[in-house]
Amino acid sequence: MSDEEAIDGGIATPSATKTPLEDSPALRDPAAVGFLPTDAAGGVVGTLDSSAGTIWRENVRELVRSPAFLIGAIILLWWIVCALFGKTIAPYNPVAGSLTAFNQPPSGAHWFGTDSLGRDVLSRVIVGAREILIVTPLATLLGTVLGTSIGLIQGYFRGRVDSFSGRLVDAVLALPIVIVAFLFVVALGPSAPTLIVVIGLVFGLLISRTVRTAVLQERDLDYIAAARLRDESNTHIMFVEILPNVFGPILVEFTVRLGYAIFTVATLSFLGFGIQPPTPDWGADIANSYQYLGAGYWWEVLFPALAIASLVVAINLIADSIEAVVIQ
Amino acid sequence: MTSDAPVVQASRRPTDGPVVDVAHVDVTYTVRGADRLTVRDVSFKIGPQESFGLVGESGCGKTTMALAIDRYLARNGRVSKGSITVAGQDVGALGKDALRQLRARTISMVYQEPGRALNPSLRVGRQVAEVFEIAGLSRSEAAARAEESLRTVQINDPGRVLQAYPHQLSGGMLQRVVIAMALATEPALLILDEPTTALDATVEAEILELISALRAEFHTAVLFISHNLAVIAKMCDRVGVMYAGELVEQGPALEVFEQPRHPYTVGLLRCIPRRGQRKDHGRLDTIPGFLPAPGAVPAGCIFADRCAIVQERCKRETPPMYPVSGDRTSRCHYHQRAAELPRATPEDVRLPTPDEAAAPVISLRGVSKTFTGGKEPVHALTDIDLDLRPGETLGLVGESGSGKTTLARVLVGLSAPDEGSMLEMSGSMLAPTAPKRARDQLRAMQIIFQNPDSALNRRHSVRAIISRPLTKLAGLSGKQREAKLEELVGEVRMQQRQLGLRPSQLSGGLKQRVAIARAFAGDPKVLVCDEPTSALDVSVQAAILNLLADLQGRERVTYLFISHDLGVVRYLSDRIAVLYLGRLQEYGDAEAVFTGPHHPYTEALLSAVPSLDGTRRERIILSGEIPSPAHPPSGCVFHTRCPRRLASGICESTEPPLAEVEPGHFMRCHIPADELRQLQNVESQ
Repeated sequence: MSDEEAIDGGIATPSATKTPLEDSPALRDPAAVGFLPTDAAGGVVGTLDSSAGTIWRENVRELVRSPAFLIGAIILLWWIVCALFGKTIAPYNPVAGSLTAFNQPPSGAHWFGTDSLGRDVLSRVIVGAREILIVTPLATLLGTVLGTSIGLIQGYFRGRVDSFSGRLVDAVLALPIVIVAFLFVVALGPSAPTLIVVIGLVFGLLISRTVRTAVLQERDLDYIAAARLRDESNTHIMFVEILPNVFGPILVEFTVRLGYAIFTVATLSFLGFGIQPPTPDWGADIANSYQYLGAGYWWEVLFPALAIASLVVAINLIADSIEAVVIQ
Repeated sequence: MTSDAPVVQASRRPTDGPVVDVAHVDVTYTVRGADRLTVRDVSFKIGPQESFGLVGESGCGKTTMALAIDRYLARNGRVSKGSITVAGQDVGALGKDALRQLRARTISMVYQEPGRALNPSLRVGRQVAEVFEIAGLSRSEAAARAEESLRTVQINDPGRVLQAYPHQLSGGMLQRVVIAMALATEPALLILDEPTTALDATVEAEILELISALRAEFHTAVLFISHNLAVIAKMCDRVGVMYAGELVEQGPALEVFEQPRHPYTVGLLRCIPRRGQRKDHGRLDTIPGFLPAPGAVPAGCIFADRCAIVQERCKRETPPMYPVSGDRTSRCHYHQRAAELPRATPEDVRLPTPDEAAAPVISLRGVSKTFTGGKEPVHALTDIDLDLRPGETLGLVGESGSGKTTLARVLVGLSAPDEGSMLEMSGSMLAPTAPKRARDQLRAMQIIFQNPDSALNRRHSVRAIISRPLTKLAGLSGKQREAKLEELVGEVRMQQRQLGLRPSQLSGGLKQRVAIARAFAGDPKVLVCDEPTSALDVSVQAAILNLLADLQGRERVTYLFISHDLGVVRYLSDRIAVLYLGRLQEYGDAEAVFTGPHHPYTEALLSAVPSLDGTRRERIILSGEIPSPAHPPSGCVFHTRCPRRLASGICESTEPPLAEVEPGHFMRCHIPADELRQLQNVESQ
């Protein structure tokens, strides 16, 4: 047993009698290492004083203790508050410009300055959280559901189903996501639902890769064989037996993809194919203002850019922490 | 080792005084900020050239002790009391360089999994030579010494082995390589941590012989760690029995095992099916209760909770190491009375004898299985004919790779047999795979897998795991299902409150009970048990074997029982089938198969099993490895390893038929049974 093993597991394994049992993933659960009661006589048998939810509760406790998760969660929470109550928090009306106060640098009245139409940048940044925080979680959720289904089917059936759909996924993923999104947006016209569907589809294919790999590791375990021997349907085996066991990687994938989705939406908006004006949006605001950078109006670009960056960083911090806890 | 001048400087070996002196050692792990005392007050000495065994169930601190001696505990572990001296040096006080020297020269370690001890992406030769390079030899000298060292571990063609990558070698061969590396620097102390647990019995026998021979040659002191009492009895001069972090008894190995003086040792020995013990002779004894939680320091004796001769005093006073006689010690206040330990489980069993005249419940005729996925077809099973009678246990034995598990999977329908194979259940044909079989047929035949961690869905509760087959197979719902669930849980001796738990919250034995309850949910007629106890400790194994025997007595279910442990197979089986390279070699009543005349392969398997009484029987060491089933040998498939191969050459050319040598006893051998009987020195009965 190496040092790392004992430390990463968060628990000492004083016994390293390597019976085949200890190689199993289940025994990497803290609750299961080594010292659980053995039931020699078959009579009274003790168990740990814990109920079924312990593992998840333990995971959540570990998450809350991690500073990275806390920082990420605080930033994300701030943006969620902005998305929900943006109009109330914002000091000015984000769409109403002032012809007298355009391109104003940050000041006491306008903390983040004003843009070329005289709109308050701070207010636009605050209210701009709304659209992106509606579109991206929905898109990622759609992608996760889709990807999970595709991955389950590919990993479970393998064979021809897998190789055919696998090639299809490869083909789509060979194109840059922005190009694919372009095609759809041009065909369907830019709108929030279009964005959700496009990002959801592409991410679904990406997520299916991860899910498929996780399913492949599960499908040959004996509990699947046991299910087959009691005549379970394939749907039951996929969704009731396998799905709960690959939930960890799916959760991680969801959070990681959420970060990318924000990035993608911001990029598309910047290019004019995302969230449409006059709805305040960070990407679109950067697009409208970056031509004035040369004139020294840096605040019009910097603050929306910082907003995008902070949201992506926050979600990545959360994703990393979840990954560290769920997949040890 | 035969080189004239020891190029590698031999480590300092004490000629007098112990090689290892462990004095009152405590080991503490810090887990989430809390200290956990895992090894308590352990003392033992290993003299020069002595072989000392540490034995005990998993989680009792054997490996922790070994790591402490090498000062290689995980970063959160430390020796919190006492001292460890190796070859005169206090291990705890060594500086960085001295510690490196200690590990490089004085102590060598061999682990359980040889495949994991070697780097998979480097050739074996490079890795063996490296040991010599570290000891200060030049590259070319080291290469030469590497080859020589492989010869000392009886590898006949070291050139081939040195050129190979680890995955190209068998487990036994790899373990030889690891042992050669461990002995390269002629260490004063060789620590063997379960060196044969991952190997087949026949290979284990070879490796144990090798270790014995090398010990004599190298004059090395050995610390041998194993959960297998028989292996320790064979290999060790002295033995220490560990329980929950304490050394509860120590002394000369044979004396300890013949007249144990601690209730734990007594109980442990009773858990093992002894030579010839069968289920109709009575149940195995077990040890009640469970291991104390790690780090718990009870007021009195650590074993008091599970001890049947416990007194008031045991709960108050921690027993010291009482001297018993000579250099034997026991950590029991009442060690004189240890042997009087009453049984924990009643001995009586009433087992209905299987009805020999009844029509077989399962018939296999000409069952073959060929795997065609790879480069060439692999014949895993060839032309198997077997009958299972109602209520009997058919034991299936053979080395790994002999096709035992394949046969189990074909039978239950998890993999389809070749065309032309016939499987019948109670007279009606079985479809090749499970989804094509009728629900009644599925219900009538279930399986218990070897590894309960893989067999139980980690995310489902015990209740869900057992209820589901009640719904699907037995067709129960509502109150009826609840009632049946309760009954099943009681039958496998679990408690209602455990229904809400997940498998990861259960111990290995409990998990296997859940798997058994699930298998019994549809009231099966046939139950395939694929190594159901090999992942479990002996005391848990005894409880599971008792449970299986009890359930068979009550439900009259037929078992196909697969195990590599011949003692376990003999205990449970009415008849035995011996597989080799996918072919049935011998088949008959358990008594007939075990008393002989034996097929030469069965004979070798039987002789490979180390016995607890320490009697040295002549061993038949099978030379070479099991041939690849992709290219089975011509004629009798066993001829390449058979010690009794006939000189006439018939074994190489013609495969013998499975002939009936006695009523109900079949064998596939050219040597007539009477001659075999004579050769094997078996008295006729």
